[in-house]
Amino acid sequence: MKRDLKSKRKLRLLVAKPGLDGHDRGAKIIARALRDAGFEVIYTGLHQTPEMIVSTAIQEDVDAVMLSILSGAHNFLFPEVIKQLKDAGVTDLPVIGGGIIPEDDVRELKKAGVLEIFGPGTSMQDIVKFVGEKIKPRY
Amino acid sequence: MDIKSQFTTISDLPINELYTPDDLPKDAYKKEIGLPGKYPFTRGIHPNMYRGRTWTKRMFAGFGTPEETNKRFKYLLEHGQTGLSVAFHFPTLMGWDSDSPRARGEVGKCGVAIDSLRDMEVLFDGIPLDKVTTSMTINSPAAILLAMYLAVAEKQGISFDKVGGTIQNDILKEYIAQKTYIFPPKPSMRLITDVLDYCTKSVPRWNTISISGYHIREAGSTAIQELAFTIADGIAYVQAGLDVGLDVDSFAPRLSFFWDIHNDFFEEVAKLRAARRMWARIMKERFKAKDVRSQMMRFHSQTAGCSLTAQQPVNNVVRTTIQAMAAVLGGTQSLHTNSLDETYALPTEESVRIALRTQQIIEEESGVTNTVDPLGGSYFVEALTDKLEEEALKYIKKIDEMGGMVSAIERGFPMAEIQRASYRYQQQVEKGEKKIVGINSHVLKDEPAPEILRISDEPERKQIEETRKLKQSRDNEKVKAALAHLKKGANGDTNLMPLFLDAVKVYTTLGEIVATLKEVFGEYRDPATY
Repeated sequence: MKRDLKSKRKLRLLVAKPGLDGHDRGAKIIARALRDAGFEVIYTGLHQTPEMIVSTAIQEDVDAVMLSILSGAHNFLFPEVIKQLKDAGVTDLPVIGGGIIPEDDVRELKKAGVLEIFGPGTSMQDIVKFVGEKIKPRY
Repeated sequence: MDIKSQFTTISDLPINELYTPDDLPKDAYKKEIGLPGKYPFTRGIHPNMYRGRTWTKRMFAGFGTPEETNKRFKYLLEHGQTGLSVAFHFPTLMGWDSDSPRARGEVGKCGVAIDSLRDMEVLFDGIPLDKVTTSMTINSPAAILLAMYLAVAEKQGISFDKVGGTIQNDILKEYIAQKTYIFPPKPSMRLITDVLDYCTKSVPRWNTISISGYHIREAGSTAIQELAFTIADGIAYVQAGLDVGLDVDSFAPRLSFFWDIHNDFFEEVAKLRAARRMWARIMKERFKAKDVRSQMMRFHSQTAGCSLTAQQPVNNVVRTTIQAMAAVLGGTQSLHTNSLDETYALPTEESVRIALRTQQIIEEESGVTNTVDPLGGSYFVEALTDKLEEEALKYIKKIDEMGGMVSAIERGFPMAEIQRASYRYQQQVEKGEKKIVGINSHVLKDEPAPEILRISDEPERKQIEETRKLKQSRDNEKVKAALAHLKKGANGDTNLMPLFLDAVKVYTTLGEIVATLKEVFGEYRDPATY
């Protein structure tokens, strides 16, 4: 019974903007596309610290955290979110990234535990498809 | 038989098969078009335009520590540049010092780190501020950075009436689009009018606000929305100046504009022509400005960053060329051209040089500067100019009915309009209704990534150390007293500029000043709608 509920539940996704940049065009488009595709989406708004994002992710019981950043601070902020999740005892929550992120950094960030990174020009459909296939309900 | 059922601009304005004199109003030449250098300035603000003076090639730059950017500035000045354009890093834009936890990972990444007067002194070390003009892209804390700049001038023995430059200082478009806001709209508008009032009286060569459509368009607006919201912001600033008792002609000549130049060539040219005409009419008819300089819209342009693709990045040179051509044929006063690799990182020196050369080729080889407004009188361009003006005026009327732009922002109106336009455009791209070469048309598989500029973490360590050192070595009693005065001033209605000057001169940091203002003004929070 419990198992059944879990598989039928809508995915809950956190779209978050860590750091100080205000470029939210992409994050908002993705949030809306995911909502239109039938997922539950929580959008944090801008200027979030890793602490704020981790606390929202835990309180909202989300199934994935999707981080968007376009200021160049991804090498610090993405791993920091993952580290703070771990410190809070959350080790099975997928973290996905997007933004202006050079390829060398993509490799390093994936090693640090980021599941996937989406760059400029990625279609909404590709992201919706990825989430639908790779993210599973955690509860 | 046409290949499509409807032809539109990139902003979805329908375009006819053919335009003839019947598409223009009667008396169009006399009333709508006129002559360059004459009201309503549709054809340009100077009678001889680029035959008299070419546009300024102003490339925006800055990263790392003030020491590094100072070296870069000196290099540029030695190579004949007379104007500087400063890009600040995000912590400065948002009012955090480099040693704040909020700045971790961001120091020196997207611009130069400026925390205090010490950094500003280093940034302009050996650069006489009466010989250069400096443009500073700074908004929420613009008044404080201006105070630091003036304090450097004072130390150089230069009087404020000899100091020239620009601060962006356009807070309204921050709520609408760029989102580097700190305080709520009303106290932010007070900071703007404090700058207007102070500069009008004490720094007469300073350009006080660069009213910006650029960020509005980059956030996903249409050309019409960019035109309408930017001019509505301009109206709000002029009204705010009048409301604090300034005479319109005392400050309006020091307002300038900043436009985004996207791919749709004729729509962009028409937008710039419409913008000039609208502003001239608004200033003359609505605000009763008599000085012709108050009616003249001067503007900077930048090619559209959001139009660039990470796919087949060399194609971006072609996009930028088309956009730069539109800016020139639209009569811009200065221009920044983007580099081909900016969807990956800050540009390399080589890609910046190609971007600069693009402007130089247009100027020196294409021949488009030989005559003034060569597109003027085209039935299509004039009809499209009229259409953009008509549609933008509808938005401005709606904003007026809401009680002006500050009220419209408080209701979330312009943000919601932009969000809708941006989502619609993305859907059109994904359905193939709008084409982007390399994205949904002429796609290549397995492209190699270009060489890009890397910025190390060294500047972050160095800058944090400098700011910590400063906080220990300065006279902290004086800092405390300056902040107490400032807090009292912010609670009242005195002009804060002199208090900012007092505070920065004793090396109070930007972060400390902003924190004090937050205690009085509060903070603006993202409504986080999508």
